[in-house]
Amino acid sequence: MLFGFPLLSLVIWLPIVVGLIVLAIGSDRNILLTRWLSLIGSIAGFIVAIPLYTRFDPTLSSMQFVEQYVWFERLNVYYHIGIDGISMPLILLNCFITPLIVIAGWEVIRERVSQYLGAFLIMSGIVNGVFSSLDAVLFYTFWEASLIPMFIIIGVWGGPNRVYAAIKFFLYTLLGSLLMLIALIYLYHVSNGSFSILDYHQLPLPMMPQIFIFIAFLLAFAVKVPMWPVHTWLPDAHVEAPTGGSVVLAAILLKLGGYGFLRFSLPIAPDASIYLADMMILLSLVAVVYIGLVALMQQDMKKLIAYSSVSHMGFVTLGFFLLNDLGIEGAMVQMISHGFISGAMFLCVGVLYDRLHSRQIADYGGVVNKMPVFAAFFMLFAMANAGLPGTSGFVGEFMVIMGSIEVSFWYAFFAALTLILGAAYTLWMYKRVIFGAIANANVEGLEDISKREFLLLAILAVAVLWLGVYPFPLTEIMHATVDNLLLHMTHSKL
Amino acid sequence: MDFLPPDFTPAYPEIFLLVMVCVVMLVDLLVGEKSRYVAFFLAQFALIGSAVLTFTTFSTDISYTFSDMFVDDPMSDTLKLMVYATVAVILIYSRTYIDARGMFKGEFFSLTLFATLGMMVMISASHFMTLYLGLELLSLSLYALVALQRDSTAATEAAMKFFVLGALASGFLLYGMSMVYGATGSLHTAQLSGIIQSGAIDHAVLVVGLVFIVAGISFKLSAVPFHMWAPDVYQGAPTAVTLFVGSAPKLAAFGFVMRLLVDGLGEMVTDWQGMLVILAVASMAVGNIVAIAQTNIKRMLAYSTISHMGFVLLGFIAAGENGYSSSLFYVIAYVLMTLGAFGIIMILSREGFECENISDFKGLNQRNPWLALIMMFLMLSMAGIPPMIGFYAKLSVLQAALSAGYVWLTVIAVMLSLIGAFYYLRIIKLMYFDAPESEAPIFPEPDIKALISINGIAVIALGIFPQALMGLSLYAIQQSM
Repeated sequence: MLFGFPLLSLVIWLPIVVGLIVLAIGSDRNILLTRWLSLIGSIAGFIVAIPLYTRFDPTLSSMQFVEQYVWFERLNVYYHIGIDGISMPLILLNCFITPLIVIAGWEVIRERVSQYLGAFLIMSGIVNGVFSSLDAVLFYTFWEASLIPMFIIIGVWGGPNRVYAAIKFFLYTLLGSLLMLIALIYLYHVSNGSFSILDYHQLPLPMMPQIFIFIAFLLAFAVKVPMWPVHTWLPDAHVEAPTGGSVVLAAILLKLGGYGFLRFSLPIAPDASIYLADMMILLSLVAVVYIGLVALMQQDMKKLIAYSSVSHMGFVTLGFFLLNDLGIEGAMVQMISHGFISGAMFLCVGVLYDRLHSRQIADYGGVVNKMPVFAAFFMLFAMANAGLPGTSGFVGEFMVIMGSIEVSFWYAFFAALTLILGAAYTLWMYKRVIFGAIANANVEGLEDISKREFLLLAILAVAVLWLGVYPFPLTEIMHATVDNLLLHMTHSKL
Repeated sequence: MDFLPPDFTPAYPEIFLLVMVCVVMLVDLLVGEKSRYVAFFLAQFALIGSAVLTFTTFSTDISYTFSDMFVDDPMSDTLKLMVYATVAVILIYSRTYIDARGMFKGEFFSLTLFATLGMMVMISASHFMTLYLGLELLSLSLYALVALQRDSTAATEAAMKFFVLGALASGFLLYGMSMVYGATGSLHTAQLSGIIQSGAIDHAVLVVGLVFIVAGISFKLSAVPFHMWAPDVYQGAPTAVTLFVGSAPKLAAFGFVMRLLVDGLGEMVTDWQGMLVILAVASMAVGNIVAIAQTNIKRMLAYSTISHMGFVLLGFIAAGENGYSSSLFYVIAYVLMTLGAFGIIMILSREGFECENISDFKGLNQRNPWLALIMMFLMLSMAGIPPMIGFYAKLSVLQAALSAGYVWLTVIAVMLSLIGAFYYLRIIKLMYFDAPESEAPIFPEPDIKALISINGIAVIALGIFPQALMGLSLYAIQQSM
């Protein structure tokens, strides 16, 4: 807490309260008011999150900005929040993306605007809550609650097959979460009635329960990440979701899974994590290589980026389970950078989709002739997605590859294949969409990006380049926390 | 020989309500067609009066009266207060619905009050005979209520089914009780455990009796395999009556199980735990799976009730203060959700139109976003998604079951609730993702609208702040054991 001021609570609840006000405005008559209020609310949400960075002490590995109040005594549950070097960057990423979503939907969403923007603002607050909860029930509450707005967003504003995608998204993620719930209740039982996540970190556990807990958590987080083979909901959800939904899904919601591994699986079941690390690495490499190949074959741009997300998130889980500091920090950098890049890629596809209402690669060609500014931005993000040095995409992947060569040459070899595959599928798509002769009359009629779109893409371009050239501020924050985590894992809990 | 009149104080609420039912019946005979609402207000007054009496006699000690056949303890007071509140809300929700269907008559109010009285007697019984009396008063009033819409063949059929199966279940129960009496020579719940503990009884007879008693109980709870009546009665009865059948009696059933199994046969906990495990798993499985196939919303909610009762049983299986109080919390949460869900169904029904199919919910978000939002809260709560109250209810029974060592039962319960999530989501899907079939405007009466809003907000507010209800449940159980 800062001078006794509950800053972290403000970061969580401000967007939720603004979102509720926006929802209450209701009808589409006050469309401008809705939009401006959401924009101001989301920017305020980002501004109040900045002190989390400036006042953060990177030398400490313990929780900071801690707030703790009794929530309900009956089950010993606390409203206990706090952040460390792992959660803080993710909260900032989330607060940074939210205003972009509001701007991205500015002229595009015309029906039930208040519900659309309200859902995004509420979700933004909920996600901040997930990243800062230190109580298992509080965490689970935020974790599940984040499903509801996304379900509505996909189902109401999505594409033709939205209902299928929305229900698949919801049930798939619920399946994983419910197993996590059992693990949490089990931990509550063996810790003699505590729901504190920090207590669980210190709780001694025999090997078998550790393995069961690890697997229960794995299912929850693997679905969210998503890891191969439970990734199949993601392409459906992405294809059907509106642009804003895809951006939040890729940039933020996938990170919840990655964060879960660091907050739960590794510290609570360290021995099981070490024991099962090879399996996890194998699954991650399958995601990296196989899903990379799958991405190559896609005809739909959103689907291609969705598969590319799965492949990139495979890098994240790979990094975690290398269990060295390069691996974990690299994976963290990869998560943040993927947030920027995938968000930007989906926005680029959104720009095209808003104009021609098609996501098929075959419907485009020669776009550069009509939209040169857009083509330049898209080029930057495509290169970043392929991991070009100088962009943020390179930093994380390079760190993870360096980390994996410490463990095994072959891990590094397969991981490095992504640099080739990523370049192949991204740039091939880029070539077919952007270059060549003007493909058809629709493309002939395209207009270059508006000021609004320019602003969006420029902000993300700065972020991608800045993180690519100078990632130190990011790695500095998380260094102490990651070291502490690795140190924690060297002590067996058996 | 001196005749000592019994101490009437613990039974003041029951006596007051009985007098008021008679008043309602008489007044209804005297007033004309236009002043039927007098009965409505008198019924509400009766409930408020009983609530005041219950509240003023609320104390932490346990007092017996009528030769120890009647007990007044914090658990019974808590349950009764919940019952009054539930019935009062039901009467308000039903007002326009029954008015449009020619049921706004004294019979409706006197029968609901008689049923309420039956529930109160059940809740306060400390003797198997009292328990049975209360149960029959409740059941007979319910049979009549279901058949109240005389011209409806569906309602008549439902009432017949309800009556025949209910009579059978009562028979089971009585037979079981007689076996317990044969084995122990007593029907006083407070004495039974001492007699069983002494060990000088035939355990086999007792277990056979227990089987019949559990069968009777599971009929009242509509637990599988004694659930067959529930879908038909829910569907056939007028929605106002369905709401009544599905809500308040579950509170009474909780008291019923507490009195019979915990107070009376608590010594045989290991025997009935095994039976309840089967009932709970079967209820959760059948309820959740069969509900998916339903197209009638009332039938779907009947199966949903069945699965919720499986969860309530989990708390009993866990046993101990932790388990029972979790069950109580679950029942209260369930009643709150059921009230809201049927309340909305009644709002959607108009004169000449019965909201029955789940497709009637199509596009509700476009027709009335506020009602759609409330219905979404209710459905998410039933599916057990936080931050709705339904999640905390599930959390508390699951932790109780797991703490009692039933790990696999917990896993099964959780997996089945995942299946359940699907059909609740389908309602949300219809409301939000589909276009409306009917453009008819929805204008609930202001009081109904206010009440349903409070109900919907309570589902999320009591989820965000569950301590009050959870604490109350724990307190009620702790003080009464």
